[in-house]
Amino acid sequence: MSHIQIQNLNKHYVDQRRLPRSEEDIRSERTIQVLDDINLEFQDGEMVCILGPSGCGKSTMLRMIAGFEHPSSGQVLINNEVVTKPRADSIFVFQHSGLLPWMTVWENVELGLRHLTDLEKKNKTIREYIEMVDLGRFGNHFPHQLSGGMLRRAELARALAVNPDTLIMDEPFSGLDFLTHMKVREEVVNMHEFIKKTTLVVTHDIDDALIMGDRVIVMSGRPSHVKLEHKLDFGRPRDLGSNPELRALRDEIFFMLGVSYAI
Amino acid sequence: MIDKKITLPLVTLLCVLSLWELVTRFSGWSSNVFPGPIAVLTSMEELIVNGKLLKNTVASLFRVSIGFSLAVVLGIPIGIILGRMEIAKLLFNPLVQFLRPISPLAWIPLAMLWFGIGDPPAIFLIFLASFFPMVVSTSVAVESIRPTFFQVAANFNFTRYEVLTKIVIPAITPQVITALRMTIAIAWLVVVAAEMIAVQSGLGYLILDSRNALRMDYVMVGMIAIGVIGLFLDFIMRELGNIESTAWGRLTK
Repeated sequence: MSHIQIQNLNKHYVDQRRLPRSEEDIRSERTIQVLDDINLEFQDGEMVCILGPSGCGKSTMLRMIAGFEHPSSGQVLINNEVVTKPRADSIFVFQHSGLLPWMTVWENVELGLRHLTDLEKKNKTIREYIEMVDLGRFGNHFPHQLSGGMLRRAELARALAVNPDTLIMDEPFSGLDFLTHMKVREEVVNMHEFIKKTTLVVTHDIDDALIMGDRVIVMSGRPSHVKLEHKLDFGRPRDLGSNPELRALRDEIFFMLGVSYAI
Repeated sequence: MIDKKITLPLVTLLCVLSLWELVTRFSGWSSNVFPGPIAVLTSMEELIVNGKLLKNTVASLFRVSIGFSLAVVLGIPIGIILGRMEIAKLLFNPLVQFLRPISPLAWIPLAMLWFGIGDPPAIFLIFLASFFPMVVSTSVAVESIRPTFFQVAANFNFTRYEVLTKIVIPAITPQVITALRMTIAIAWLVVVAAEMIAVQSGLGYLILDSRNALRMDYVMVGMIAIGVIGLFLDFIMRELGNIESTAWGRLTK
């Protein structure tokens, strides 16, 4: 159970490369405003896809929800509790594999369950989740022995094994070939249908967002604010080609992100 | 078919030996100044039979093992601390960087004064030669650990001890093994130099003593022994790098 609120969230970075020449510089040029007063709310069990131009700060926002970074001002609340540090009930799935490369798939999945004293139960849970993502035969493999899609699935298994309230996914399909992308996306959708965790997905792929999300959020370029929030009340699986409403929304979002003729 | 990985190096070896023999025959140098391969092989047999070669090799290997082990045992933890703690780095990094470029050989006068004659000054020099490379490579390895891994650790509520044992140590192992390989080569270089000054045994001493006796064939035997043992040490360190859980360090990145 997790209900997430983002309140008046601001984030700015100090540009380290530039030397300040005056007080004015310090205030204006050196600080880069990334997020500009974001207010959002995510309901329990909702899958929300966040779109935006690259470098707009959507990943930064995710990292703040995960507690890896601190807001410059404003706050993130999970179940009315201010997020100050990473927590084991909201698991982050990294853009490039977050599996520990010196551990096997089994050991990686074990990370979140290492405190379980009931060995039998622990091993059973690990096996269940590894089998759930179809990696049953690969428990003893190291990450570098797996393909891109298998890596994503293994990380998903590790995240789900701790039974988190929230899943935070940063570009979960980036770098995958087309077919693998489709398959992993399908698995994420099925997983969400099945367990209904609050799931936040940052993506740059508009189709991903429209096919997966219960809601889609479009953010603007820096300094980033929420440009569009749209609820997607459609059953799954969805077909973008045959749904005129989704089709229109897709064109609108493409246009919003600066592409005039969407294919 | 015979494996070309074995035959080709043998071809090179044969060529070098033939060239060596040719030069000794036609250069006009006396065999006292430039002994040929056959003369050197005969002398090698002599030194093996009378036990001198073994005795001196063991003496050198002993000094290297002690000095190198001390450097590894102290250098890796200090490197980890420098890599992990900003304050430690600010305090001690300038000192390390200042001492590092000073050749261990420059320490010879002080080492002899402080530790006298015998094993201790030689071990001290080997320690110095190995310690700084170990500290620096370890701290660089720690600093280059992907931040993602620490975020994973934080996400799964790792304790500080778990971060050390489950993240830091395994993450730096491939680079540390490479550092061990480079460092033992340096240690092996330095032991020979150290033994030319402060001690009465070891391969360095064998070479120096043979020079004083004008036995260039013994000098060459000493050099060959150093080369062969260097190869052997490198082989051991390379095998260390073949541990399965460090394979990611060779294959990814």
